[in-house]
Amino acid sequence: MKRFWGFVVKEFLHIFRDYRTLLILFGMPAVQLILFGFVITNEIKDARFAVLDLSKDETTRQITEKITSSGYFRLDRNLNTYHEIEAAFREGDIRLVVVFEPDFARRLEKERAAHVQLIGDASDPNTANILVNYATGILNNYLLSLNAEAIPLQIIPEARMMYNQELKGVFMFVPGLMAMLLMLISALMTSLSITREKELGTMELLLASPLRPMQIVVGKVFPYVFLAFINACIIILLGWAVFGVPVRGSIALLLFESFLFISMALSLGILISCITNSQQLAMMISLVALMLPTILLSGFIFPVENMPVILQWLCHIMPPMYFITVIKSIMLKGNGLFFIWKETLILIGFTLFFILLSVKKFKIRLA
Amino acid sequence: MRTILYIIQKEFIQVFRNKRMLPIIFVLPIVQLLILVNAATFEMKRINVAVVDLDLSGSSRQLTSKFQGSPFYRIISAPFSYNEAEALMQKGDVDMILQIPYGFEKDLVKESRTQVQLIVNAINGASAGLINAYSTNIILDFNREILIDWLNPGKLGGIRRIMTESRYWYNPKLNYTTYMVPGILVLLVTIVALLLSGMNIVREKEIGTIEQINVTPIRKIEFIAGKLIPFWIIAMFELAFGLVIGKLLFNIPIEGSLWLIFLSAAVYLFVILGFGLLISTMTNTQQQSMLVSFFFMVVFILMSGLFTAIESMPPWAQTADLVNPLAYFIKIMRMVMLKGSSFADISQLFYALVIYAVLIISLAIWRYRKVA
Amino acid sequence: MITNIIIVKDLVKKFGSFVANDHLTFEVRKGEIFGFLGANGAGKTTAIRILCGLSFPTSGELSVAGYNVYTQREKIKQNIGYMSQKFSLYDDLTIFENIRFYAAIYGLSRKDIDNRAEILMKKLNLEDARNKLIRDIPLGWKQKLAFSVAIIHDPKIVFLDEPTGGVDPITRRQFWDMIYEAARNGITVFVTTHYMDEAEYCDRVSIMVDGRIAALDTPVALREKYQARNMNEVFLKLARAQTKEVA
Repeated sequence: MKRFWGFVVKEFLHIFRDYRTLLILFGMPAVQLILFGFVITNEIKDARFAVLDLSKDETTRQITEKITSSGYFRLDRNLNTYHEIEAAFREGDIRLVVVFEPDFARRLEKERAAHVQLIGDASDPNTANILVNYATGILNNYLLSLNAEAIPLQIIPEARMMYNQELKGVFMFVPGLMAMLLMLISALMTSLSITREKELGTMELLLASPLRPMQIVVGKVFPYVFLAFINACIIILLGWAVFGVPVRGSIALLLFESFLFISMALSLGILISCITNSQQLAMMISLVALMLPTILLSGFIFPVENMPVILQWLCHIMPPMYFITVIKSIMLKGNGLFFIWKETLILIGFTLFFILLSVKKFKIRLA
Repeated sequence: MRTILYIIQKEFIQVFRNKRMLPIIFVLPIVQLLILVNAATFEMKRINVAVVDLDLSGSSRQLTSKFQGSPFYRIISAPFSYNEAEALMQKGDVDMILQIPYGFEKDLVKESRTQVQLIVNAINGASAGLINAYSTNIILDFNREILIDWLNPGKLGGIRRIMTESRYWYNPKLNYTTYMVPGILVLLVTIVALLLSGMNIVREKEIGTIEQINVTPIRKIEFIAGKLIPFWIIAMFELAFGLVIGKLLFNIPIEGSLWLIFLSAAVYLFVILGFGLLISTMTNTQQQSMLVSFFFMVVFILMSGLFTAIESMPPWAQTADLVNPLAYFIKIMRMVMLKGSSFADISQLFYALVIYAVLIISLAIWRYRKVA
Repeated sequence: MITNIIIVKDLVKKFGSFVANDHLTFEVRKGEIFGFLGANGAGKTTAIRILCGLSFPTSGELSVAGYNVYTQREKIKQNIGYMSQKFSLYDDLTIFENIRFYAAIYGLSRKDIDNRAEILMKKLNLEDARNKLIRDIPLGWKQKLAFSVAIIHDPKIVFLDEPTGGVDPITRRQFWDMIYEAARNGITVFVTTHYMDEAEYCDRVSIMVDGRIAALDTPVALREKYQARNMNEVFLKLARAQTKEVA
């Protein structure tokens, strides 16, 4: 046992002496959280639009002004003919063109109806959809004020945004970033550090030492548990201090679940290093097979419910999805174990599965 | 010059001999393309709703059935109290609660105005915004129907209407795959290229072979070129292969000229590979190199404009994005492939990439030290 | 007339406050086998890396093959071969591919590459194994191959950093035969080792202790001077003297 601790201490020193890696390991979550917190919003601001005003009257000017002052849009240019629309889109920056029919104001007064065309650049369908919706909303509001008291029988929807009143993007990113970084540190770093020993031939030396193989693996993994855990704390702390992401549930439970996820990722990392011989291979497997799914198949950016059914199944065999659900549930909804026992059990199951599998692989290799 | 050819030969042998790496370089990205393209969608398909109808009147039932009739919504529960509904949201079973208050119909008749409450799970702000917009539209629609049903046409005459007609150019059906295939393909090729090049030189450092090369009279530019070109060929091939798959399986439109796409890709890949080699020359272990590459990759990807619009970022971030090669290339791909933009349209972006490539490769050559 | 092909005057190399090479001064004569002896960590590898242009000296005057180590490093590299202590062939390339690659980056012509590869493999009796991966051949073969690759471009000097580490006595003997042959062909050999018996094979040896040269002469002269039966005793005496001095 004493030998084992000596080994663990050596591994710790190894990592802490490599100040560059440390800098990246601790700097990365901070920088990324801050970057994404401020930069990545799904909300649209200052989208450029163009106006093709075939009427040029007071009403169209007012509507254009309403659109411009909404904050969502920025008027880029006025177009004169229909043909110019194509060119405006092709140059790339214009997202929406608003077309007013000729005699707009006159028709609105006389015929009580006038036509507007909203043309979105749907080469980015998501943004186009949102922008057309925003613009329609602005037009509806304008009408409402125009008609003032004229409309009888109004149903007024009153919306309340639960858990995230200001619709902040960070609320989404904190859990996702945690999953991603913990996965990175735990699965990737461990698999690399073990395959590195194999690649440099030092693994043979270690195996020849009186340490038992399992002790070697655990010893190598141990410092990363520590690092990953600190990182999780940094993210939670920064999210709270800088962006006001709350921890509404129990902190102890949150830390426990993080620890569980770290263990899962570590056992996955060990499994990867059992089946690979070079760092390059270990890294490619971890990154290509783990990172992208962690980002895209976990509900980090894209909601799982919107995916095709087959992919939803696929998401359900990806551990990060459960972790992200759990984290959101504890941090944002303030839920207790009662609400997340299922996910917790599944994560435990994953961990055991990976450990068993790697023990088996490890034995085969030694035999 | 000939030396470069031999280095290229050697790198190719090493890549193709590694039987386990090959599928990861060539097959996995394509599989991922197939999977992820379908995953990356903001399109709302199924919003789970709990309806708390406290009014239990004809109108409230009509409104409820209006939601039921929409393909976006699925009413999975109709509890009798708000608390029950909130528990469902707490568990994560419903995304929205529609609460129709007691006296909904009475107020509408007597006071001519009434309220309903929408309670939306807003952890995902973007989805919440869309859910809110869709729901509001349904309620407004319902409102309009009531107006027409209940009132005589003469009374409606005073109301002005603006008829909006929305058109979606280049992608009239708002097909997400069309948009995501080129983007995700670029991401995958970028990841493979950056990681392969990023770990290459540092790997030779770790194994020790770099010393043997450093004692030869090889020129730095020859060495870097010999490392760059093989991965460039692999990445170009992969991109071409991915485009063929995209065309065959997803029928993505290629409006602009193919050679313009490949010309831009050629320059772009030099930037990425140069970046990888630069990282490789500046790090000591593959682990370090991987971490650094990973860091930049995530930042580049999330700020590329693929998932979220660049205009919505704060000005300083948009300025910072000037050094994000991915942002340039994603834009070029989208413009040329989906909108058929010509060289003149993308020339600024293109030249920016050319300058970037020259700078980054020079930097890599300069940073590669034959002497420690 | 004896020409000195390597001239080192007051070479100092510091890593921070640690002095790895402390005012080394020596010459290597053209065509000789020059042994550089010392315990692990005595500063041998540091010195050899500086002479090969892989590392900068902190101070001192150095010339290798007539070129200045500070300013003409690339010229030096055209005229030297180097075999490092760390194994330097590519594991995942075959014997032939390794030879071809290194010959090519030394700038040999296509014809020369093929010719020399054939000659070399014949000499090492590796013709049948030409398509074997390096990772699959025994260490002894690898060492011999690495040496042959290091001199494939007929350098004026070859630097060998602990070339025989970890191989069996028979292979070591064979390896030294190859060194002799290279020397006969006019290649100056600069070899570091911590096997004291190998020192006997050298024309002249310098013995390094703690970053300094403690003695430099032919093996015979050194044995006489220190009244020792073999080089090992010479070395032990020198090492002890040094320790006393420090104490």
